[in-house]
Amino acid sequence: MPHPYIPNSAPKVRAEMLRIIGAKSIDDLYTTVPKELRYNDRLPLEEGIPEEGRLRRHVTGILNKNTPATEMLSFLGAGCYQHEVPAVCDEINRRGEFVTSYAGDTYGDHGRLQALWEFQDLMAELVELDVVTTPNYDWSTAAAMALRSCVMLTGRKRVLVPAALLLDRRLVFADYLSHDVQVDEIPFNEETGLLDLDALRAALADDVAAVYIEYPNAFGVVDYQAPEVVELAHEHGALAVVGADPTGLGLLAAPGSFGADFAVGDVQPLGMHMSYGGGLSGYLAFHNDPAVIESCPAFIFAKTATLEPGQNGFGYLNFDRTHYVKRGEGSQNGGTTTALWAITAAAYLGLLGPQGLRELGEGLMQRSRYAAERLGEIPGVTGPRFSGPILKEFVITYDNHEVAAVDDALRARGIFGGKDLSVDFPTLGRSSLWAVTEVHTKDDIDRLVEVLTEVLA
Amino acid sequence: MTAQFQQARWNEPLLSEIGSPGERGYIPSPPEAEIIARVPDALSGIPASFQRAEPPRLPEVAQPQLMRHFMRLSQETMGNDVAVDFGLGTCTMKYSPKVNEHLVRLPEVSGLHPLQHVDTVQGILEILWRLEQMLCAISGLDRFTLQPPSGSAAVYTNASIVRAYHRSRGEGEQRNEIISSIFSHPCDQSGPYSAGYKIVQLYPGPNGYPEVDALKAALSDRTAGIVITNPEDTGIYNPHIKEFTRLVHEAGGLCVYDQANANGMMGIARAKEAGFDLCHFNMHKTFSSPHNGMGPAMGASGVREDLARFLPAPVVEKRGDLFELDWNRPESIGKVRSFVGNAQIAVRSYSWILALGPDGIREVAETAVLNANYLAALLREVPGMSQPFPTSNTPLEQFRWSLEGFKEETGVGSSDISRNLSDYGLQPIFTSHHPYLVPEPITPEPAESFSKADLDTFGNAFLDIAHRAQADPDEVLNGPYRNACRRIDSAALDDPYRWVPSSRAERTRMCNAAESAPLHNQPS
Repeated sequence: MPHPYIPNSAPKVRAEMLRIIGAKSIDDLYTTVPKELRYNDRLPLEEGIPEEGRLRRHVTGILNKNTPATEMLSFLGAGCYQHEVPAVCDEINRRGEFVTSYAGDTYGDHGRLQALWEFQDLMAELVELDVVTTPNYDWSTAAAMALRSCVMLTGRKRVLVPAALLLDRRLVFADYLSHDVQVDEIPFNEETGLLDLDALRAALADDVAAVYIEYPNAFGVVDYQAPEVVELAHEHGALAVVGADPTGLGLLAAPGSFGADFAVGDVQPLGMHMSYGGGLSGYLAFHNDPAVIESCPAFIFAKTATLEPGQNGFGYLNFDRTHYVKRGEGSQNGGTTTALWAITAAAYLGLLGPQGLRELGEGLMQRSRYAAERLGEIPGVTGPRFSGPILKEFVITYDNHEVAAVDDALRARGIFGGKDLSVDFPTLGRSSLWAVTEVHTKDDIDRLVEVLTEVLA
Repeated sequence: MTAQFQQARWNEPLLSEIGSPGERGYIPSPPEAEIIARVPDALSGIPASFQRAEPPRLPEVAQPQLMRHFMRLSQETMGNDVAVDFGLGTCTMKYSPKVNEHLVRLPEVSGLHPLQHVDTVQGILEILWRLEQMLCAISGLDRFTLQPPSGSAAVYTNASIVRAYHRSRGEGEQRNEIISSIFSHPCDQSGPYSAGYKIVQLYPGPNGYPEVDALKAALSDRTAGIVITNPEDTGIYNPHIKEFTRLVHEAGGLCVYDQANANGMMGIARAKEAGFDLCHFNMHKTFSSPHNGMGPAMGASGVREDLARFLPAPVVEKRGDLFELDWNRPESIGKVRSFVGNAQIAVRSYSWILALGPDGIREVAETAVLNANYLAALLREVPGMSQPFPTSNTPLEQFRWSLEGFKEETGVGSSDISRNLSDYGLQPIFTSHHPYLVPEPITPEPAESFSKADLDTFGNAFLDIAHRAQADPDEVLNGPYRNACRRIDSAALDDPYRWVPSSRAERTRMCNAAESAPLHNQPS
């Protein structure tokens, strides 16, 4: 029976096409594949389900074994966040024209290119750097790419990164950098959670390609020393890569405003569902400097004129610098990344505007501070663990209880507790990282306090 | 010109140009009064010097106008849902079934946090595990990771695994070269380069693929492995591939198969039987997940059992009836992306493979090759079209042919014809990756989703443009005419004094750069 996805599987049309080709059978078209390499069995796959209704029932049957965080009361963050997703964002990123497009360029995909350029345009305003690329896979890979660019630009082979780094970020750096770059971790201040500036000063030398700093860091602390870190890096001829969560940038200083050479972060909070981590998308920004642009081959689109006066056209900015042209001769890897999320983030930034983004950031800081203080009042909890200012995440420590056991008890009561840090950061003891965003009401936070009090009692 | 297509041409202003001060499109939920009363100053603890001095210059626009803006941009985009998109060779543009789009938007996928306890994500872990089993069956290899978020990330991942393998044997320093071929995808070289390798490039012999002797000359005790596509971007299959893998193994290297595009080969021949140790598939090409305008995507990397210890952490394991994430992988290369990757794409590809089953999957491959050969029969009629290699005449899923003769006759080359195809409601045709070893190249790839009528439409449009070019080359050179925009000034894309990556860059440049030329209308 012809399959609904394969129009030319009908026997009559196949015969007609073979006649025009001048072949007797499909097998005649495979004569270049040697017989001894041919796989003559049936692939060991489950029988097909060509009927859509039956297929849908089967797949949803499996998916229904999931319990979405969005249908519980969840305080998980650590690199992927439950924020409000405006309906407009969903509507735009489900458009088949965008979803099923790919590498069509200037003419076929004018609208897609304009939308991606607008992402660059708005993000450039937000981080105050002139060039923003089509975003990378996530914050970690964007940071890794920026650090690799610094190595290429300076010819130095050592980078300094905070010890207060999410485990995933550490492991991405280990893979992408460590084979030929020394990645040294700078400790954090046990009291504040901020980077230990004295340790940074001691580690900095003229062999350092780059210093990496982020706000908030792995403990949710907004490291307001970032401008000093940038200055210290520059004093040693090193470049500065600054990570910043865009939800804080309505009211916190932009990386470009204090001299960052690269800015990175994740735009997942800007209109993307979490999708088990599939919503991540790492922005990457830098100066409009041809050498820097050359070092970093992520796609950039440029606006230009057309034959029609007043009309905008768009195309790849300096395509020749990408791996598609350079191949193995000096280019970092590039290619397909997360364009659909860039289009979505552009819509999100347009929807919120300067006022909305400021209100969002304020609300995050107020709610998370409220939650951190309320949790800290519970007997058996020390919190917030660090005194540094926070954006939307904070650390608490249990005096006696193991985090995993508390999580189990909370989950049984419909709450997903914060991320357990006791494995990734053993020196912090029984600590966990909690995210509070605009999806959480006061009642949600109060309920958490009530339930946690009961669990720890 | 007889074509009736007309793309939407809204001449839509930039997002930063619409709206007016004070307008807004969305109000985030505010905190309750009690919270504000307890924390009146959100910024307390942030030094004044670290507070933003000026609000970001973002648009101020109400929701209706913003929505309309993006809908109009979507109308100016030729996705595969609206256009015959098979011009984009090597990209495997195919139908992405709508049922799968509905599935990934269920809260049971979109609402999952990646750090949820495994007990609460048994469904998504089961999908990841089942998809891995399917890919093992299709490739013959033993384990897959679904963490790489693109094809080139998967090639990079495989190069990292090759590196880890040689290090584990104490040969990491010595084996610092990866062999590839110029007709393989460019990421087969940039991926290993990013993993620290020097690239040794093989060039095609008279039949379009690298000769065994060229490989022998490239092999040495510095060889870490080979990363190669087959069929290459030309659609030509290297029949000596088994000899290639044997020789690389003999020299102590590993063999990595770039199967990003396996659309003509599924169920026909597998990585295992050809002697490969690693391979990768692009879920957003061969396995129907939509390309999403350039991602998010997924490149699944597969390995032989003895290389599984190097896979990025975590991997999904099935223990009894339960699925777990195994983080205990001391020899793992690390991670190539946060969490487990783009899980929603695994849902789509799993559902697609299951919809087809073993017979359907093979039928996909056979139909893709049938379609390519039928299109080749149509395009053979184009005056001045030539086949660069004797083997180009019977392509697999795609083919690279040359319009060199046509360009000599008319002055109209492959990129000009490509551009004009969009006047017929067809996605422009991919020419070639660089370098252009085949002059004036075209590389169409009509996957199984396209009907005979689609192929005829494309063939007729191509012939029509060719006839127009013969009659009046300038008329074609100035095209396209019926798209969202006219021919662009492309010189401004490559000139640092003129390129415009953002309004911010434009403002800075116009203020500071005395030597910058004003934007002007100068098509090239």
